Amino acid sequence: MTFEDTTTDHRTVMIPPPEADRVIDVHNLDFFYGKSQALFGVDLPVARNKVTALIGPSGCGKSTLLRTLNRIYDLYPGQSATGEIMFDGENVLDQAKNSEQLRARIGMVFQRPTPFPMSIYDNIAFGVRLHRSVSKADMDVIVERSLTRAALWDEVKDKLSLSGLGLSGGQQQRLCVARGIAINPDVLLLDEPASALDPLSTAKLESTLIELKSSLTIVIVTHNLQQAARISDYTGFMLLGKMIEFRPSSDAFVSPETQQMQDYITGRFG
Amino acid sequence: MANEHTIRAFDEDMGQLNALIAQMGGLAENQVHDAIDALRRGDHDKASVVVARDKQLDALEAEVEKLAIQLIALRAPVASDLRQVVAAFKISGMLERVGDHAKNIARSTLKINDFRFGSLALVPAVAEIAAGMIHSALNAYAAQNAVLAEDVVARDKEVDALYRDMIRSLIDHLSEKSANVITATELLLVARNIERIGDNATNIAEAVYYASTGIVMPDRHTAAD
Repeated sequence: MTFEDTTTDHRTVMIPPPEADRVIDVHNLDFFYGKSQALFGVDLPVARNKVTALIGPSGCGKSTLLRTLNRIYDLYPGQSATGEIMFDGENVLDQAKNSEQLRARIGMVFQRPTPFPMSIYDNIAFGVRLHRSVSKADMDVIVERSLTRAALWDEVKDKLSLSGLGLSGGQQQRLCVARGIAINPDVLLLDEPASALDPLSTAKLESTLIELKSSLTIVIVTHNLQQAARISDYTGFMLLGKMIEFRPSSDAFVSPETQQMQDYITGRFG
Repeated sequence: MANEHTIRAFDEDMGQLNALIAQMGGLAENQVHDAIDALRRGDHDKASVVVARDKQLDALEAEVEKLAIQLIALRAPVASDLRQVVAAFKISGMLERVGDHAKNIARSTLKINDFRFGSLALVPAVAEIAAGMIHSALNAYAAQNAVLAEDVVARDKEVDALYRDMIRSLIDHLSEKSANVITATELLLVARNIERIGDNATNIAEAVYYASTGIVMPDRHTAAD
C-alpha cells in the first residue's frame, strides 16, 4: 500500500524535548542512496533515557534515518549523508570519527534476529571481547547481567553452552538485545525488532525495552502503531523523507496536529 | 480529501454508534418536550407515559456502551477516531441523564395538585431553551462542528438566569401563608431538573468540541454541578 500525500496541510510540527535532555540531536539531515535523495532536511531530537519511536509508511525514510545515527550506512558503498548528527558534542557524520567506537556506543538490533552461530554465552562474550579484554569471572558477570536485563536469563541460564540458533524467534531477538547492551552502549537503535515475533514475545521484548530505558536511550522504528503508543515517550512521524510531526507520544496518538499524521495513524489514506 | 477509512469496518461501526446517539438524542428531546407538555396541561396520563418510556433510554445507553467498548477493543482507534468514540460513549451517559430529568419532571407533575399555580407559567419557556440546547448539541455532534458546540455552551447562561428567576418566584410564593406548599416544592424540583438538562447539553457540547478539535474547551462556562 502506498501513501500519497494529497492533503493541503503541509505544516511541520516539532514539539521536541528540552535541549539539555537530548543525547542525540539531528539537524537538517540529507541522505543519498547514490544520486537519489532519501532524507530531506530531517531534524530528530532524541531525549536521554527515553524511547523515541519513528513511524511512517514504507519508504518514508525512518529506517534510513535510524541507519545514519551510528553511520552503519558507511558499510555500503555509494551512500552518503550531509547535515548534523550531534552526539556527545561531536558530529557523527564527521568522517574522521572512528565508526567502530561510535557503534560501540550506539548499538543496533535488526528486524530479523541475527544471533551468531555460536553458544548463547559466546553470543554475548564475542562482542565484549572485541572491545576489551575481560577475565572469565568478569565475563560470567557481564553475560548474566546482560541476559537478565534483556529478560532472557531465566529462560537460558541452564543452557548457556547451547547454540543461540536453537532459541525461539522471540528469545533470539532478546539475545540480540542482550548482546547489544553487553558493551554498555549509550543508545540502542532498533529497526522493527518485533515484526517477526508473536504477541507474547513482543510483549516480553517491549517490557525489556521499557526496563532498559533507565540505563540507556532507545530509538525504535516500528510499523506497529500500537507498539509505538505503548512503549515510546516521543514519536516522530515521517513521510516522503521528511519529518512531518514530532511530539510526546502522550498526545501524538490522541491529538496529532498535521492532517498527514492524523490520516496515517487513523488509517485514512489520501 | 477522501475520508474513507482503510478498514471500512471502523466507519461502519462508527456509523452505527452515531445512529444510536441520534436515536437517543431524539428520544431524550421528546421526553423533555412531553414532560413539560404534561406539566403545562396537568396531564397525568401523559406524565405516566414519560415515566414508563425512560427505560428505552437506559437500554439504548447500554447498547452504546457495549458497541463503544467493542469498537475500542477490536479497531483500536486513535486520534480523532478515538476522541469520537469516547465522545459518543460520554454523550450517551449524558442523554440518559437528560431522560432521568424528564422522568423526574413527570413524577413531580403526578404530585402537583394546582396547575394554575403562578410560577408554573415560567416553566415552559426555560424548558424550551434547555431542550433546544440538547437539539443543537446533537446537531453539533452529527456535524462534528466545534463552532455550533460553543454556541450551545453560551446559551446555558440564559437557562441559569431563568432558573434563578423561577426559584425567586417560588420562594416568594412559599413566603405567603396561603401558598400551596406541595405544588411549590415540586416546582422547585422541576426547575432544578430543567437547569440540569441545560448543564447536560453544555457537557455534550464540550465533548463535541474536544472530539472535533482535540482541545479541551477553554474558559468553561461554569455550570453548577
